[in-house]
Amino acid sequence: MIIELGHYALVLALATAFVQAALPILGARLNDRALMELASSAAVACFLLVAFSFAVLTFAYVTSDFSVRNVWENSHSLKPLIYKISGVWGNHEGSMLLWLLILVFFSALVATFGRNLPETLKANVLAVQAWIAVAFTLFILLTSNPFARLIPAPGEGKDLNPILQDVGLAIHPPLLYLGYVGFSVCFSFAIAALIEGRIDAAWARWVRPWTLAAWTFLTAGISMGSYWAYYELGWGGWWFWDPVENASFMPWLAGTALLHSALVMEKREALKIWTVLLAIMTFSLSLLGTFLVRSGVLTSVHAFATDPTRGIFILAILVFFIGGAFSLFAFRASRLKAGGIFAPISKEGALVFNNLILTTATATVLTGTLYPLVLEALTGDKISVGPPFFNMTFGLLMLPLLFAVPFGPLLAWKRGDLMGVAQRLFAAVAIGLVVGCIYYYAMNGGPILALFGIALGVYLIVGSLTDLALRSGLGKVTGNVAWRRFSGLPRSAFGTALAHIGLGVTLIGIVAVTAFETETVVEMKPGMTVDAGGYTLRFDGMRNGSGPNYSEESGHFTITSGGVVVADIWSSKRLYQARRMPTTEAGIRTFGLSQLYVSLGDQISEGGIVVRIWWKPMILCIWGGTLFMMAGGFVSLSDRRLRVGAPTRAKRPKTIPVGAAE
Amino acid sequence: MTRKQKRLAIIGGGVGFLTLAVLLVMFAFSQAIAYFYVPSDLAKADVPPGTRIRLGGLVEAGSVKRGDGKTVTFTVTDTLGQVPVTYTGILPDLFREGQGVVTEGTFVAGNSVFVADSVLAKHDETYMPKDVADRLKAQGVELSGKETVR
Repeated sequence: MIIELGHYALVLALATAFVQAALPILGARLNDRALMELASSAAVACFLLVAFSFAVLTFAYVTSDFSVRNVWENSHSLKPLIYKISGVWGNHEGSMLLWLLILVFFSALVATFGRNLPETLKANVLAVQAWIAVAFTLFILLTSNPFARLIPAPGEGKDLNPILQDVGLAIHPPLLYLGYVGFSVCFSFAIAALIEGRIDAAWARWVRPWTLAAWTFLTAGISMGSYWAYYELGWGGWWFWDPVENASFMPWLAGTALLHSALVMEKREALKIWTVLLAIMTFSLSLLGTFLVRSGVLTSVHAFATDPTRGIFILAILVFFIGGAFSLFAFRASRLKAGGIFAPISKEGALVFNNLILTTATATVLTGTLYPLVLEALTGDKISVGPPFFNMTFGLLMLPLLFAVPFGPLLAWKRGDLMGVAQRLFAAVAIGLVVGCIYYYAMNGGPILALFGIALGVYLIVGSLTDLALRSGLGKVTGNVAWRRFSGLPRSAFGTALAHIGLGVTLIGIVAVTAFETETVVEMKPGMTVDAGGYTLRFDGMRNGSGPNYSEESGHFTITSGGVVVADIWSSKRLYQARRMPTTEAGIRTFGLSQLYVSLGDQISEGGIVVRIWWKPMILCIWGGTLFMMAGGFVSLSDRRLRVGAPTRAKRPKTIPVGAAE
Repeated sequence: MTRKQKRLAIIGGGVGFLTLAVLLVMFAFSQAIAYFYVPSDLAKADVPPGTRIRLGGLVEAGSVKRGDGKTVTFTVTDTLGQVPVTYTGILPDLFREGQGVVTEGTFVAGNSVFVADSVLAKHDETYMPKDVADRLKAQGVELSGKETVR
């Protein structure tokens, strides 16, 4: 009964979304307040209905109600509670429901916190959000109903894919979707602006917090996914340039560009049309990602079981929204007044440079991801585009941007002084090179490019701090004054610095791991030792064990350094009973920022086993850097000038007439 | 600079960078991609030694042999052709005889053995890599139902 209520709530949500999609736009046209205000209540109602529906599905999972087909296919009564809950979105139907839940959650947020938005803009934004909600609710109800029943109910479920039985599944998809779907708000704002045919700096100020929030969550989601793949798959890699990874990385790149172009638009009223286009592109890439991952054109752990109708349905959604948005853009963009002009060497110029490179890099990733699909469709040839392609194109293209990052904050608006800034960054370059040399020397040489890679990372960090130091007048005024100025800097300045520092930290991690990681594959018998990264591992033997729904064989290793025991590692292979599926549970031990990573292979002879041991120097920097980026995002969000509900109109009355005068 | 010159400078820079990116992508496509073959293709196609390719098919039953511990040899088959493969390292969890596999590597000059540096048997036990399944189906190889429903 409760299951049918959940299903029914979803149907009601569809009806509500239809109302929200149609009437507010009409209201905005006719200038009818009642119709426009309907949008907010409809958005909240829609959210409550979908949330109820989602809660019902969760309930079915927690109580192991195998009369629900979806639960039977993906759950097991012996599964620990946390995986029963996270298993709700560990399958196609449930994850689409989560997607929808987050979409309507954002609509409800706009409805609740957008009180100071102009009435018509708010009505149009919520209506566009509702179009997306209608499309995806229809998709769920028609092709992927999670509430379908199974009669008679089986006694036991088929269990969740063991790779997904991990705390990573509880965190990664919700964070990723908060980012992915969060960009829908930017999209809706862009479409609403096109419908109204006008746009101004205030628009950018409303869009920026949403972009920032979505970007921060997407950063967290991608980073979490990368770390999860690193420890769960047992391959020791942290990024594979897998199409599914690219699917989330492309919106991130475009979103990063959007974040920067919206800044120019807010502060200088320039790049208006471009920002609108970028907002559309970012969410289009999110939709494309959903299509790639969910339609089954790619094979991966994310593709779950698929049937062709779903792929075609999502493709239809994709074509409708992307095609529709770009057509609308083509017809209406000329109506938006182009903004101010600026010298190529200026903060605007630097941000344009950022946008140019980020969008080009996005395009290369897109090309590399789609080319195999297109080629196969056209010629039938099957190719794989892997890391070498992306390292060559994406890596090289991003290089100039990394050099330019610290310049951005230091350049003045309108007309900047490139030489002056370069002089101020001289210290950062010098410190970078010195640290690079020291590290290179400490590692006893290696590829010379690694020296410059580390130097570039350190330069990014010091360069970002230079901005803060100069703005607080460090060295020019007394310590007290400098401190007062420092603490008085706007939060967004700290946000920028933190995010850029994070980029440097991540870069250092990537360079160090790529250049200095060591990998040893060796057959070990109990008592044998292997050296890795200055530590010695001794294999002690195997032990059998079992968990709630699996059995496992674990190898024990003792780690010594200079003859002293410093740690130990358990590394295991598991066999999950319900699916008879083996998995590798790598043994990982952290030393500072570096890690020892041990993964087991096959048992060969009496007590002997193939073992793969990696020394991963500074690898934690890769994800540590993303923590800085996230911190930067949150700090920026907390800036008063950006706070969602804070009225900023009074301070800059100029911004409203500019748009209204058109 | 006048307004027009400023705009030109920015547009010119952008177009230049884009051209560079396009050239780079084209160069990378000519260098860094791997074509996918099944064993019977290799008789027809002439793959020069040293060219990176992906070789997919089924792991022939009874063909897996371990050398000195780390090195494994096995035969990849599509029932019409066979290719011997050597691989040094740890095989993926889902690598089994009679199951689908995709290997990536090169042929060494003067030798018909394929030297793989990566072996993929993907994440889930219920499917075979799509490339393999498509090709095997195209050649009329019967696949036991559940393995390839895609």
